[in-house]
Amino acid sequence: GDRLNGFENGKTQLLCLCVRLQVVLKIIKHYQEEGQGSEVVQGVLLGLVVEDRLEITNCFPFPQHTEDDVDFDEVQYQMEMMRSLRHVNIDHLHVGWYQSTYYGSFVSRALLDSQFSYQHAIEESVVLIYDPIKTAQGSLCLKAYRLTPKLMEICKEKDFSPEALKKACIGYEHMLEEVPIVIKNSHLINVLLLDLQEKSTVADKHELLNLSSSNHLEKSLQLLMDRVDGMSQEIVKYNTYCRNLTKQQQQKQQYLQRRQQENTQRQSRGEPPLPEEDINKMFKPPQAPPRMDTLLIAGQVNNYCQNIKAFTSQNLGKLFMAEALQGHSS
Amino acid sequence: CRSKPATARIPWRPALSFSSSPFVIFLHFLYKIMAVHGPLVKIHPVVLASIVDSYERRNEGASRVIGTLLGTADKHSVEVTNCFSVPHNESEDEVAVDMEFAKNMYELHKKVSPSEVIIGWYATGYDITEHSVLIHEYYSREAPNPIHMTVDTALQSNKMNIRAYVSSQMGVPGKTVGVMFTPLTIKYIYYDTERIGVDLLQRTRASPSRTNGLTTDLAQVASAAGRVQEMLSTMLSYIEDVLSGKVMADNSVGRYLMDLVNKVPKITAEDFESMLNSNINDLLMVTYLANLTQAQIALNEKLVVL
Repeated sequence: GDRLNGFENGKTQLLCLCVRLQVVLKIIKHYQEEGQGSEVVQGVLLGLVVEDRLEITNCFPFPQHTEDDVDFDEVQYQMEMMRSLRHVNIDHLHVGWYQSTYYGSFVSRALLDSQFSYQHAIEESVVLIYDPIKTAQGSLCLKAYRLTPKLMEICKEKDFSPEALKKACIGYEHMLEEVPIVIKNSHLINVLLLDLQEKSTVADKHELLNLSSSNHLEKSLQLLMDRVDGMSQEIVKYNTYCRNLTKQQQQKQQYLQRRQQENTQRQSRGEPPLPEEDINKMFKPPQAPPRMDTLLIAGQVNNYCQNIKAFTSQNLGKLFMAEALQGHSS
Repeated sequence: CRSKPATARIPWRPALSFSSSPFVIFLHFLYKIMAVHGPLVKIHPVVLASIVDSYERRNEGASRVIGTLLGTADKHSVEVTNCFSVPHNESEDEVAVDMEFAKNMYELHKKVSPSEVIIGWYATGYDITEHSVLIHEYYSREAPNPIHMTVDTALQSNKMNIRAYVSSQMGVPGKTVGVMFTPLTIKYIYYDTERIGVDLLQRTRASPSRTNGLTTDLAQVASAAGRVQEMLSTMLSYIEDVLSGKVMADNSVGRYLMDLVNKVPKITAEDFESMLNSNINDLLMVTYLANLTQAQIALNEKLVVL
């Protein structure tokens, strides 16, 4: 997605996002303990808006949805949690939500709807996407996204037909915009970090320099292929729609022409012309396929491709390093 | 960086001197047993970050904050994985803790992680006061053998001392019974991803505005390589010192070094070349395909808009 760059339409736009240490750690812990495989874990972000920054100071997780927990009331859980947190002076403003992702697949209808409802209520909300698999490979992968103002407009209208989207000039790249994240810690937290570093053992796993890549590549490519398949299906649907539309136009023209001819013939014979029939009722225009899904799939495919490219460039770097090392010894 | 991989513990074994009185010897013996029989406390950094945060948000006039510790316990160790602060009022002669709140919060937390139980409580500050004893009694009703953790946020000894205690009865049976808090050993444990997160965040200590952005991918590989380089140079300087006689040779370190050298695989140059090339080809192909796909969807986008 695009980066924000300053002020637009006179409204202050979010320039950056400040996240505290404990939010990061809580999100990591939540996935580690409660997430399995490709299930996503979600939670709420709390914080406040300070000038042009959004500060996220705390978060709490949502329980997993289980089918046997029918009487679990999400709204009530949230309200109770916020009320309790207010007692201990924790900021209780909902500024967004977080979600874990599986290999980068998060551009979906559900995400769009949730983020839209959050952003509708509070303009500066963001969704924090945490990628546990990429993090396990050695570097913390936390990204923040918001819907672009254009997309907000479209969601408000709920009009996803091709014409509306064409008018708004939305491409798949302009759906979500990324907000840069900055980690900000207080002095006391820095003291804590110093203490932790002194008392902890040296990390014995250096995943970042791991050379094996085939597993990850396989999974990513498989997901990419699935999406591309979905995309091609959508394209086929759209093409049939276009073809049907043109065929129908042709049929309409032919009908009108025949009508004209008949009418002139009748006139020449002195008979009354045939009654005008409502042409639109006869040739009902085909239903235009909704473009939103195509846009989402395109956005998702784009995301996958970018992740894959980042991963391959990292691995190429590592391979060249290994070559240099081996070159020295041999 | 350290060259010995043994875990770092906070040692709590006072030296046993044979010239002290029998009572002192008995006390030392008692402490020794306690330190051995008390559970090992394993703390996740997320707990400490939350505690520091609640301390920073405390009410006006409150000198310390308390809260509940959640986690799992087994025979020999206690793992603290979560915590939440509990509002309380403390004055010279009385202390009031909002127990309803504590119960409610615990219920809410249980909905998310049903496996976490109350295993103790924490307080910021350095000493254990009489009020702590009362609070500890309350928590004894909630959990069997609760542990009490203190986090010294006032930095009395220029460091954040984190200690854990378990309480035990003391005194002569039949007369007034007192409570003694015996210290426990603490170990910090991390999940792998937690470790990576914390390592990244260590960098905020270096920047003056205490901020840190998340870096791009190649930069991360470069910094990881830099770290390995640092470690190698530390090792090399140690070896030089040993060879020149400045430092005594340590056999265990020598064995580790031997393992390290043996781990480098011996491959012939051609095999390595072919392996490298095939890997590079795979990656290049994938990059090409990814670029192709992106171009395709962009093209499709443009065609539809026409």
